[in-house]
Amino acid sequence: MLALLEDKYIKSEATIYVKENFMEKIEVKICLGTSCFVMGAAHLQELAEIAPQKYGDLVSVSGSPCLSLCTIDWEYSRAPYVKVADEVVYEATVEKVLEVIEKKLDNAKK
Amino acid sequence: MQKNNQTTHLKREVLIRIVKAFNSDNFTEQIRLIPLKMRPKGTDVSYRCCIHKERAILRDRVIAGLGFSIEDSKEEIPLSDYAEKSRKRTQLKTEPFLTILDEACKGCTPRQIYVTDLCQGCVARPCKNSCKFGAIEIINGKSVIDPSKCKNCKMCIMACPYNAIVKIKVPCEDACPVDAISKDETGTAKINFEKCITCGKCITYCPFGAVHEKSQLIDILEQLKNNKKVAAMIAPSIVGQFPGNINQLKSALLKLGFYKVYEVAQGADITIKNEVEEFEEKMENDENFMTTSCCAGYNEFVKKHIPELKSFVSKTETPLYYTAEMVKKCYPEIVTVFISPCTAKKIEGFKNSNIDFILNYEELGALFVGKKIDILDCSENSFEKKSSKQARNFGISGGVANALKFKIGKSNKMLPHCINGLNKDTIKELKKITKDKKLENGNFIEVMCCEGGCLGGNSTLNPSKNALKTLNEYLEQSDDID
Repeated sequence: MLALLEDKYIKSEATIYVKENFMEKIEVKICLGTSCFVMGAAHLQELAEIAPQKYGDLVSVSGSPCLSLCTIDWEYSRAPYVKVADEVVYEATVEKVLEVIEKKLDNAKK
Repeated sequence: MQKNNQTTHLKREVLIRIVKAFNSDNFTEQIRLIPLKMRPKGTDVSYRCCIHKERAILRDRVIAGLGFSIEDSKEEIPLSDYAEKSRKRTQLKTEPFLTILDEACKGCTPRQIYVTDLCQGCVARPCKNSCKFGAIEIINGKSVIDPSKCKNCKMCIMACPYNAIVKIKVPCEDACPVDAISKDETGTAKINFEKCITCGKCITYCPFGAVHEKSQLIDILEQLKNNKKVAAMIAPSIVGQFPGNINQLKSALLKLGFYKVYEVAQGADITIKNEVEEFEEKMENDENFMTTSCCAGYNEFVKKHIPELKSFVSKTETPLYYTAEMVKKCYPEIVTVFISPCTAKKIEGFKNSNIDFILNYEELGALFVGKKIDILDCSENSFEKKSSKQARNFGISGGVANALKFKIGKSNKMLPHCINGLNKDTIKELKKITKDKKLENGNFIEVMCCEGGCLGGNSTLNPSKNALKTLNEYLEQSDDID
């Protein structure tokens, strides 16, 4: 129950902010190229459900064909990759991605 | 425990590096370097006491990835020798199919009841009073359990008003449905292969990633490299396990060097027909019930743990059996590889001369990554033989029962009961049914060793929920069985 309230609080605060400041929507792209998928991106798809629940319209989550991040020196060991706006999250987990989203929302408020 | 975690990440990275080493000019040297490249000098020690232990464990993961048992491995033999040996062997299909990394395993404490620091040393001492075996003493004002007297009855846990006493779990022991794995006196888990049904649950549930499958990856790579004609037979549960659709996956497999790709669903269509005939015959003969026979883990379970149930198990062969038979009939020289969601199918492959190798989904994923094939870039290549919707649905719990029910049609007298995953409770249930020789309110039992069916197999890459969505889309494009 508490968590739910907190979520609402964050959402309303942030929504007001967006309305006043025309903040850009934070775009989250989960790389679903084969490397990332095999290294665990399949499990990140739940972000598509979690993020809208938590942040409403402020964040959009989508799967993406290979973002070509693994081709740089073929660093598949750091897959799966997720892009949160312009920031790349390496060895992404749901928690890690949410943390970056929160950070971005906080920064936007400042 | 979620299947996606640091241990799966490590295991998959090792497999990918093995494939990359195979593609390189110097296989043995590149294999030797894997632990060093994964933990180069100066890197953070993420999981173990020191970088050397991490490397030692990575070395073991590589050995298992090359297809050897860690139990038989020797420290003095360099990795490069194992690499060389892996390419030279001709005889591979050897049991057991699982191996335990003793170095990785020693991380956890044996199963026991333990008094934590939360113990207040209270005056009432309900723990001491509740223990019927005199195992609890008060030492320096705190409760201490004598493990030699403790019978794990948990009465003290229930009695303590501070919740200060806990049962320390051993995840592999808890996960194993047949009590085949346990820690020995040295603290290392050992598998009792007399009991083990190779279901692979210990692989999934060990938080230290200490249980590995002995991979046949090198042997398959060798076949592909030598330009042998190799057929990939893909299990129905593969739909949704990779990005893109199944026709793109077929192209990707051909790109890997496979000569032909078959859906094992086409064998499932034969299984459905034969199993329906067998069921109807059994019912006419007033037999009480029949069970499925397509899950390899379940078949092994019956053989090792409830042999009396055997006469109730369908004699119909598995979808893989019929598919492999058909492939070998068309191309006698072809090498067949079954692409599998689980370890248990290795047992079936071992016994069937039409099945040469087994590759699981994780290993196939490593092949794609190591060979830089992105499935989403591949064109669509549809299957010549169209399998039915019911056959393509074989990999989910309830899928086999539904297929048979559908095939029997209007005169339906089938009342199925589905066992969705073998665990201690469902095994109890099966034992009771066997003892009674009777199934209450039913005449057909579908047994899937893994929860959710093959979609829950130990080497699956996508959570069932996501995979199911993709599978359902595929089923919508498929026709009903005639």
